[in-house]
Amino acid sequence: MSQDWLLASADALAAQLPDGAKIAVPHDTLGVAMETTRALIRRGAKNLHVVCVPIGGLQVDLLIGAGCVGTLETSAITFGEYGTPYRFHDALKQGAIRMLDATCPAIHAALEAGHKDIPFIPLRGLLGSDLVVHRPDWKTIDNPFAQEGAAHDPILLLPAIRPDFAVFHAPYADRDGNVFIGRRRDLATMAQASTKGALVTVEEVREVDLLASEETAAGTLPAIYVGHAAIAQRGAWPCGLWDLYATDEAHFRRYGELARTSDGFARYLDEFVHVRRQAAE
Amino acid sequence: MSVSRQELLIFTIARLLKDCRSVAVGASSPIPGAGAVLARHWAAEKTPSRRLFLTILGSGRLNAMTSGGVELFDMAAQGRIDAFFLGGGQIDGQANINLVGAGDTYPQTAVRWPGSFGSAYLYYLVPKVILFREEHSRRVMVPKVDFISAPGPRDDGVYRPGGPIGLLTELCWFSFDKARRRFRLETVHPGHSLEEVHDHTGFAFDVAPGIGTTPAPDAPTLAAIRGPIARQIGEAYPRFVQQLFPDAA
Repeated sequence: MSQDWLLASADALAAQLPDGAKIAVPHDTLGVAMETTRALIRRGAKNLHVVCVPIGGLQVDLLIGAGCVGTLETSAITFGEYGTPYRFHDALKQGAIRMLDATCPAIHAALEAGHKDIPFIPLRGLLGSDLVVHRPDWKTIDNPFAQEGAAHDPILLLPAIRPDFAVFHAPYADRDGNVFIGRRRDLATMAQASTKGALVTVEEVREVDLLASEETAAGTLPAIYVGHAAIAQRGAWPCGLWDLYATDEAHFRRYGELARTSDGFARYLDEFVHVRRQAAE
Repeated sequence: MSVSRQELLIFTIARLLKDCRSVAVGASSPIPGAGAVLARHWAAEKTPSRRLFLTILGSGRLNAMTSGGVELFDMAAQGRIDAFFLGGGQIDGQANINLVGAGDTYPQTAVRWPGSFGSAYLYYLVPKVILFREEHSRRVMVPKVDFISAPGPRDDGVYRPGGPIGLLTELCWFSFDKARRRFRLETVHPGHSLEEVHDHTGFAFDVAPGIGTTPAPDAPTLAAIRGPIARQIGEAYPRFVQQLFPDAA
């Protein structure tokens, strides 16, 4: 069977992603496409609109520091126990990125609207939060289905999020390009909401058919939602991948030391991101 | 037997969760997580034993969600989460919380925190939100937050079956009166005083008549915290357990 979906490398995958694209990315514990992230920086991607589902970490700090991000839509940026996102803080202070602060369920709900291709979705909560003040794209209406005579029932409407691509890393694809995502159903929603599907790196491609068994099919993202895939071993590094490998804490510490300043960050890029290019030159 | 600050907080949180059937704990919350595990331990010890469903984000084992990260929020909307924890870089006297940043003008704030996470949703929907912030200082407990990530309860007609029941800090436990929109000091932790709470709180609050001392755990409870509870929460928070409960790590 043709494997036209399978590209040679994360760099080839990153070449599919044009400047200005809107991408949905998962948070650190779901499977972050760090090798693709490095490839995006190597190719000098610009003006990306990054939607974190629903929060971001090292991946976003790297993309921002390298000047790849125009707009950031997220509910939080955090490295958890592993340090501070200095490049994100610096870019905010400089006014270098457009910031769209959200709350986790708003991003999930807006993606679900995108996945149904409906223009908007209502969501409880949020009213009275300053988040709403800074999101003119969110609108409040009175619940048109409120019982007659009942007190007015304001509710917030969120416009759908339809990214161009979902970008993530997963343990493996099968021979037909179906991708195993286990119980990480957010990855499926992200891929399905994206007009061009998912750009996925995987640890390996296995000579199996994930859809042949009920047990694996339930945890599978079918290939129709996968734009392209590439193999990238330890492609989430230095983030961990599920129970396959743990977060590289020492590397996060090193990153924290360097990324505190823009000069240090440039050194980090030279040492850990541009290495391939240097090797090729 | 001496009780550490963290052990007192874990025990206090477990007491607050006693009657819950389902408890969720968000990111970077080892003490609430340990408190929730202790509450589950108590529920299991009852005759007949009672189940307490736990959802601890960041844990593989203490998390039964199978529909992705969105499931926590949907469960909350369905009324299936009884208690949740929120903190804040700033918390004010009307229980508004700020997880975004302080000083100067948003988004170019002088200090930037991670962001609002799920607060702007769960604060409205979960019946028992426990505000938890260890640092009790005028920097955190402010008259008015610089940015409202999630507003305290108010009479604005917004659908709000949930909200804060109180605020637990390194110094004390305040309950929150939704009608008066004010905190009320209920107990001060052993070794601390009412005066100290006043000195370090930037907002006005009520004081319960006959204000007491926060109860400390007894010896069997302490043994449980230092043994099985520490071991269970260690799966999600290995560093926390290594530091505080090295014997269980």
